[in-house]
Amino acid sequence: MRHGKYPFIIGFLVVPVALYAIFVVWAYIQAFYLSVYEWSGLGPVTNFVGLGNFQKMIHDTLFWQSIKHNAFLLILLPLITVILALVFAFLLNVGGGHKGGVTRGVWGSKVYRVIFFFPQLLALAIVAVIFGRVFGPDKSGMINGLFPESWQPWLFLADERYAMACILVVLVWQAVGFYVVLFSAGMGNIPQEVYEAAAIDGATRVTLFFRITIPLLWNTVQVAFVYLGIAAFDAFALVNIMTVDRGGPDGATSVLSLMIYRNAFEFSQAGYASALGVVLFFVTLSFAWVTLSATRRESVEA
Amino acid sequence: MTDIFTKPELDRRTLLRRAAAVGLLATPAVSMLSACVGSSDDTTQEQATGTKSADNPLGIDPKAGVEIVIFNGGLGTKYATDVDTPLFNKKWPDAKITYSQAEEISTIVQPRINAGNPPDMINNSGSKLMDFGAIVKAGQAADLTDLFAAPSLDIAGKTVADTLVPGAIEQGSYDGKPFAVNYSYTVFGLWYNAALFKKNNWTPPTTWAEFTALCDKIKAAGITPFGFAGANASYYMVRAIMTSAGKIGTEQVLKDIDNLKAGAWTNDAVKQAAEAWAGIGKNYINKTFLGLRHTEVQLQQNQDKVAIYPCGSWLENEQAKDTPSGFEYAIMPYPSVTAADKLPAAAINAAAGEIYFAAAKAKNPQGGKEYLRTMLSKEAALEFTKLTKSLTVVAGASDGVTISPGLTSANDAVTKAGKDVFMGYLFDTWYKKLDDESRAAANDLMFKDYDAAKFCDRMEKASQAVAKDSSVTKFTRS
Repeated sequence: MRHGKYPFIIGFLVVPVALYAIFVVWAYIQAFYLSVYEWSGLGPVTNFVGLGNFQKMIHDTLFWQSIKHNAFLLILLPLITVILALVFAFLLNVGGGHKGGVTRGVWGSKVYRVIFFFPQLLALAIVAVIFGRVFGPDKSGMINGLFPESWQPWLFLADERYAMACILVVLVWQAVGFYVVLFSAGMGNIPQEVYEAAAIDGATRVTLFFRITIPLLWNTVQVAFVYLGIAAFDAFALVNIMTVDRGGPDGATSVLSLMIYRNAFEFSQAGYASALGVVLFFVTLSFAWVTLSATRRESVEA
Repeated sequence: MTDIFTKPELDRRTLLRRAAAVGLLATPAVSMLSACVGSSDDTTQEQATGTKSADNPLGIDPKAGVEIVIFNGGLGTKYATDVDTPLFNKKWPDAKITYSQAEEISTIVQPRINAGNPPDMINNSGSKLMDFGAIVKAGQAADLTDLFAAPSLDIAGKTVADTLVPGAIEQGSYDGKPFAVNYSYTVFGLWYNAALFKKNNWTPPTTWAEFTALCDKIKAAGITPFGFAGANASYYMVRAIMTSAGKIGTEQVLKDIDNLKAGAWTNDAVKQAAEAWAGIGKNYINKTFLGLRHTEVQLQQNQDKVAIYPCGSWLENEQAKDTPSGFEYAIMPYPSVTAADKLPAAAINAAAGEIYFAAAKAKNPQGGKEYLRTMLSKEAALEFTKLTKSLTVVAGASDGVTISPGLTSANDAVTKAGKDVFMGYLFDTWYKKLDDESRAAANDLMFKDYDAAKFCDRMEKASQAVAKDSSVTKFTRS
């Protein structure tokens, strides 16, 4: 069947490759091309400015604010999500102790597993609207409604000190369920005998967690960090829907993706938006590269 | 356990796919959605024309079809399908109207403009409207001088321009040439519940001292005296500050701001207005409103929890389904800030809005203009007001017709203001970035630091940054 092999492969690949080339690669080349032009998004592209858009970016305080907020998410989102997901996954799978040669989760763990996964099923836009109400700044807000009548309402998203933290909470809430499932799968791969041996030696649940589960799960945890790190560069939907004055109050929740959107479609600065996109591209790529090379070293050592 | 990172499929497929989802797709989206960057040549397709005559002042081809796109939002589309199109076809039975509606105008129309095949008449409105300044600059909007010079469809002896309220054409003019019909006429002021005011013997104030005294009384009655929604509608507050500044120092203050003149924002009139409003913010506003949306604050007003709300005359229609019976919308002009205000207390800010334009590079732009002429007839305007509870720029089209208390109140306020109706400002549509800055600055002024000098300095700085930015298309007005 050798002579039939190449036509078959080509026939199989031509459609996806063409789609990819047109909708990703070609669009990408255009974005790079547009980033060196001043272009409103309408009409001919004529005004070449070289690195002008990038120069403008350096002096744009909102750009640096947005980078700062993306960095805030990049550090905290993976950390908090992974820790929470690990604890929950451990409790669901191993936390119930050891009986009849099988490790079990805490009582009711099957129900919890379903509940944890629920947030994954909701569209991000819906999550944003729901949490907009949860963080409502007056008594009609869910959290404020739970506080005693005499308390001053917390402003949450309307307070620039806490607004970004509110976004982080929602991102974590949404992500944890998925990683609980991911880690549970990883824990299922850890041989029972290891736990048994440890239990016979009198290890407590805490010891089991730190001495057995975490080391044997380390590779899965690394994958989680990469995923979550990339998710931290986005956060567009939540910020766009939930926050005061979109990215406010006064830029306190602005992120890069929102800046790109607003410059391209609201401020008629498609050239500048493309330049921001190029920056986001390189930032994301370097993050992926750093993480990949770090993990490669790890797996050689392992 | 498997070492998943040594498997190449996972490297490429999963990792890069996730990376693509964020970085790789966010960037090309810019060019994808604007579509067809390449087709930038200036060739125009063949356009339909006919012979000009008294009956056909715009010289349309009576047999050529007209394609229209109407924004489907607060005003609905019924006025187009049930009023304007039948009226147009009464006069031109052979011209087929191809109608479509869109909730996201830029998504539907912008790619067609860039492809050189736009619809003939476009209603550019809604949150996804196209930057009209950029459209004009790109030569995509047809010059409407001939439309405004043509005779009105049903008001004998007058040109279309003669039948419109003052400022209506100016609102759609760029560097002195008209490119848009701003069809609906919005009256801006402070809205209140006339029934509530009557019950408590409160009267609309005309001076600032009366205004604060009234606010004290309202506060004593356990009602929040004043409010606006910081989360998404702080531009209502920007308009309040700007209107007060305009009343202190005439519309020239606002014209200077629109023209990005140095020192326009640090002008005494703007400072005094900002200071006066900061005082209201400090004493009479509910802090939680910073995190609320316009519908939430408006609902609170319907429940008589907020007394006074700055807004345009669309408010009554927008709230129609939430307004309890016995609630009677009424409008008052902004009270004078100082005794030396150059405009009288009755002066009011009213502006034409809701852009309709004929596409310059469409198949039948003259047909599009004729459709606009139909919309600007007295008959169409009255039906529009009846259907949408919104006034039109056709002067006096709905006089003597009682439609709703809020609309009557707005109509009265305009009549009382007489010649002191002023159009206001345009910087918010001309320079979206400055608009953005003003929203954040107004929120700070009213909810956070009550610092008028900071407000002025910040806006001055932003305005001068726009003035110096060569990538922003500039406009001027006089």
